[in-house]
Amino acid sequence: MSNAPKEQPHYLSYPRFIWRSLVLATDGSIVFYVWMTFLTALALVGANAYAHQVVEGMAITNMTDHVSWGLYIANFTFLVGLAAGGVMMVIPAYLYDDHEMHDVVIIGELLAIAALIMCLMFVVVDLGRPDRFWHLIPGIGAFNWPVSMLTWDVIVLNGYLALNLHIVGYLLYTRFVGKTPDKRWYLPFVFMSIAWAISIHTVTAFLYSGLGGRPFWNTAILAPRFLASAFVAGPAFIIITLQLVRWFTKLPVGNGPIRTLTTILRVTVLLNLFLLGSELFTLFYTGGHHAASAQYLYFGLHGYNALVPWVWTAIVFNVVGATMFLHPRSRDRWAWLNVACVLVFVGVWIEKGMGLIIPGFIPSTLHEMVEYVPSLAEWKVSVGIWAFGLMVYTVALKIAIPVLTGQESLARMNAEPEPDEDMGAAE
Amino acid sequence: MSTPTDKKTEANGVTRRTAVKALGATLGAAAFAKAMAPLKSWTSELSVDEFLQKHYRELTPEAMQEVLRRLEQNTLEQYGAEVTIEDLPPIEGVQFGYALNLSVCTGCRKCAEACHKENNHDRATNNSYIRVLEMEQGSMDMERGTAAYDHAVPAPGKFYMPVQCHQCDNAPCVDVCPVQATWKEKDGVVVVDYNWCIGCRYCEAACPYHARRFNWKKPEIPAEEINPVQAYLANRIRPKGVVEKCHFCLHRTRKGKLPACLEACPTGARVFGNLLDPKSEIRWVLENKRVYVLKEELGLRPRFFYFFD
Repeated sequence: MSNAPKEQPHYLSYPRFIWRSLVLATDGSIVFYVWMTFLTALALVGANAYAHQVVEGMAITNMTDHVSWGLYIANFTFLVGLAAGGVMMVIPAYLYDDHEMHDVVIIGELLAIAALIMCLMFVVVDLGRPDRFWHLIPGIGAFNWPVSMLTWDVIVLNGYLALNLHIVGYLLYTRFVGKTPDKRWYLPFVFMSIAWAISIHTVTAFLYSGLGGRPFWNTAILAPRFLASAFVAGPAFIIITLQLVRWFTKLPVGNGPIRTLTTILRVTVLLNLFLLGSELFTLFYTGGHHAASAQYLYFGLHGYNALVPWVWTAIVFNVVGATMFLHPRSRDRWAWLNVACVLVFVGVWIEKGMGLIIPGFIPSTLHEMVEYVPSLAEWKVSVGIWAFGLMVYTVALKIAIPVLTGQESLARMNAEPEPDEDMGAAE
Repeated sequence: MSTPTDKKTEANGVTRRTAVKALGATLGAAAFAKAMAPLKSWTSELSVDEFLQKHYRELTPEAMQEVLRRLEQNTLEQYGAEVTIEDLPPIEGVQFGYALNLSVCTGCRKCAEACHKENNHDRATNNSYIRVLEMEQGSMDMERGTAAYDHAVPAPGKFYMPVQCHQCDNAPCVDVCPVQATWKEKDGVVVVDYNWCIGCRYCEAACPYHARRFNWKKPEIPAEEINPVQAYLANRIRPKGVVEKCHFCLHRTRKGKLPACLEACPTGARVFGNLLDPKSEIRWVLENKRVYVLKEELGLRPRFFYFFD
């Protein structure tokens, strides 16, 4: 950075930052190209299935008037949690001045961005009339705020996306041009983002818990449960990402952040199970119609039991995962820790995805039993969105990390001709 | 991906890496275009006028007329049927209410069938706004009932409870709609602007009476079976991807006629009328009969009542 002769005005340096980001996003090792090609292929399968859904109608999903939300909204709900989960890096980094965490906090912020993009995509693919999306835009549409919780969700999700884009974009850009970031331009937004992270998952829980006609969702404990499970899935995902980043890049990832996240997980896995247990106690001890959906979910009802193996898988994964986190080995054995992370991540995905959305509709409000299993088209679209989200996350990390480590900067761009690096050029 | 100002690529012309990237980008774009190709047949169905159409309550009378003519034209083109679509406002001084006598209903489902025909429902799915539950004598518990009965009615030991939209005064479906595509009219009917609904189905999740239906695909009805007397907020053929519901046959009732389900009922179980008219039959029923409101504990204040002799 010392060889930067004079300061460029922003209108010159910002386009160069964007250009360099584009180059970084498309340049990499053979592993990077294989990974991105693989994700692209999956995303294209999803795009194709979605195009068919738009043309032929949502009849190609297995949703019905009885179970009117399915795999899409299940994934949406889970991903809001994943987006909120990133805050478990932000809190130690900024509230507890954990410097090691501070160095890698961007990994959590970028995860929030990728997860939010997936959330918005899952909402859009669930719309019967995506062409009328503009009706949701305040000012030109007919935004039913503040009565509809869905309008709150539109605000908080987009707001959280904007906050994270601003924080990450600002910090990376200042780093790129070699300046010290001005705290006034990011610290207030960081603190706002902490409260905002809580709000996105609270509002998403209120979408369901506010419906008096759906006893399974109509519970005050839903928002706390959502947050607890978000703080399981988020840190679990990030622990694995941190190790991958350490493996593939030059960003120095210490063991400190991973230990901190493991410590957080040791609490949140138990909290999540405790809240689930409280819910189940109230439902089953009281019994009656309030418990009908839970009965269906956990044990089957009137001979219908499609979700039973599914939800018990989640329970086993969450309990085994929790036990593994509490075992001292989670501190020194990476494989042990990673297995635990995968278990609880999948466990939460089941529990608050399909395990939460589908039983809300079964039995129906007129107590009819109509089951739901996602169609192939729904799986294709969902996998496609996940693949796209992972592409966004990969590219975002690909840009952010060399800028953070100083490998990429305006000064270097000015100083050296582009080195024709690594494997891509090997004959 | 090379730019003339980029001195690094200038040095050795277009690098191999850049060429591979360009090839990759081209292939990717081509594959994406191929993946999204089915959309072509969808965009050909969409018109700019329809896309830009305003919310029902923001349409001027002239704009409304244009919309109605366009919808009639669409019906002719897509279904081969000549229909008239009106925009019928609520009548001043009228508040609709509906009551159903559980003591006499025999569960014949003639009401559901009449609804199916009157409201131009999709033929393949046999859709209707009414579901008739066969209930066990001695219990109002719907868990012990079924809508899927298939035998001669009335069956011994059973009674029958048709359920349709309760037109709640405190309607959760209206509250949850993010785009105000559904609302309560002055005469108490909860309506949907099928040209404004985005199809999120939040209302379907919110309704405790299973009153709402979604158009999972484009409705199919043979031209000769289409009911040509239609209204914008009522029985006109719904587009794909939007929610619909019972509207108390407002295309009939706002012209002084009775709902189709009532006219079809062979037992006279159904009573419909103006709650503001003290001499109406509905008022007499509500004042003199034993009235039961389904899920009254939810506090939604329905306009639909059950009663017993």
